Amino acid sequence: MTVQQISIFIENKTGRLAEVTRVLGNAGINIRALSLADTSDFGILRLIVDTPDRALEVLKADGFTVSKTEVIAVEVPDRPSGLNSILEKLDQAGINVEYMYAFVERSGENAIIIFRFDDIQRAIATLPEAGVTLVKSEKIFTA
Amino acid sequence: MIWNDEFETLPREAIESLQLKRLQQTVARVQATVPFYRDAFARAGVSADKIRSLDDLRRLPFTLKQDMRDNYPYGLFAVPLEQIVRIHASSGTTGKPTVVGYTRRDIDTWSELMARSFAAAGAGKGDVIHNAYGYGLFTGGLGAHYGAERIGASVIPMSGGNTKKQIMIMQDFGSTVLTCTPSYCLFLAEAAREEGLDIRDFKLRVGIHGAEPWSEAMREEIEEKLGIKAIDIYGLSEILGPGVGIECVEAQKGLHIWEDHFIPEIIDPESGEVLPPGEKGELVITTITKEGIPLIRYRTRDITRLIPEPCICGRTHMRLERMSGRSDDMLIIRGVNVFPSQIEAVLFNIEGVEPHYQLIVDREESLDTLEVQVEVNEQVFSDEIKELQGLSRRIQKDIKDLLGVTCKVRLVEPKTIARSEGKAVRVIDKRKG
Repeated sequence: MTVQQISIFIENKTGRLAEVTRVLGNAGINIRALSLADTSDFGILRLIVDTPDRALEVLKADGFTVSKTEVIAVEVPDRPSGLNSILEKLDQAGINVEYMYAFVERSGENAIIIFRFDDIQRAIATLPEAGVTLVKSEKIFTA
Repeated sequence: MIWNDEFETLPREAIESLQLKRLQQTVARVQATVPFYRDAFARAGVSADKIRSLDDLRRLPFTLKQDMRDNYPYGLFAVPLEQIVRIHASSGTTGKPTVVGYTRRDIDTWSELMARSFAAAGAGKGDVIHNAYGYGLFTGGLGAHYGAERIGASVIPMSGGNTKKQIMIMQDFGSTVLTCTPSYCLFLAEAAREEGLDIRDFKLRVGIHGAEPWSEAMREEIEEKLGIKAIDIYGLSEILGPGVGIECVEAQKGLHIWEDHFIPEIIDPESGEVLPPGEKGELVITTITKEGIPLIRYRTRDITRLIPEPCICGRTHMRLERMSGRSDDMLIIRGVNVFPSQIEAVLFNIEGVEPHYQLIVDREESLDTLEVQVEVNEQVFSDEIKELQGLSRRIQKDIKDLLGVTCKVRLVEPKTIARSEGKAVRVIDKRKG
């Protein structure tokens, strides 16, 4: 039930983000969602792409430090308090969020939130019981 | 294996009486033939006939690198140019290079000492020696080459650069011994890995590395990544070139300096006083057999100590501790002495951190700043900011604990720190100029 995420180490200097998107674009890889976490010196670019293994390969070949991380995609109602209802449930279940980012589907009433939890297995086990819908990676790319 | 059993295992008294005799001859010769020394001895109130014991050595004046520049190009030669068969020069980073000349006998001595060095490293007839030291004005390439031929090995005169070809030849020709700088050695291993090759699968079994200071941790890294024994060799063009001293493969602990040709002293670099045996300071070398350009008490700027205890290998020549830096590489940061090799050692002790680092020294409002740039590889990369910041803090804390200096750690992308094919540029000091 996990989704593969690509994380890239990026120095805080001009042109580095464009280099990542150029490499992915040339390889015909589509970016579905992204988030950038940054400090004053460096950032970590996290991507959900259609072909994560291929993305890993082309970015490595271009000299980037890249890793693959398992994250969970959760469907969230696209309306006020939609996200809050999910976070309340996580809180009750005692699951800690390392980071999260959202993207809105092109059609439909739901948004998709990407979560990285400290304990991913427990999250997979508890979330459906709490009535939270996990999204399979195939669905992210057909949505 | 010991190449020259007679000379390499001489009893101490025999070494010292040989040294005294050769020192007296050298001092008399330079006094007679080199105006620089004639004047320097006169100023110091000393002359050849006053050298009665090895202790009298300290009455002689030092020779500095600047003296070689001042006498550029041939001023310190002790023989007429027609007796010189080879000329080398050191890379002058500032101003003129320093020039050295060799007579036919000097070349012979150099070959002998490099042969001893190869044998001490465990190389011999039947070995294929892949010589990746630069050929040319730099003494590394030709110095190692002549020694390799002397021991009867098959030498491949690769010289530096052209890394892909180096790897191909190393693999196809079945090189068993690699001679190059330690930083280039790691560079080769990395380049091979990128080609999908593992040097550990090659026939290579010994590496002989020098021409820049390196740490014990870097040795472990080289031995692990290339699957070889990595041997430290010492030399400088002013004195001879490579082969002034080398570690023996038996102990890999300290470099035997060939005392029948050189007299080492350790001095306090500030006061110039000779330090008691075993204390750490600047290495000073007097050449006692060189004809072309004999040097009296040459200040090497290398920081080390003498190890007087006998070595398990049977050689009686004293050992120098692995060089811990150069007195002119020493950075003074907010009043604290810092050697790049100390920072290297800190980085090596952190799991996964690569030896690719650079130190940027600057001054902000009259306060020195030190930035340590470290490349982030897959082993240390985490997709969580807090983990990477934890790594930065760990490096910063370890440096502070060891050196007492607060630095800024900057994590950089792989391969952003310039890779050298010769000597690594570890320090950028923006305070100068």
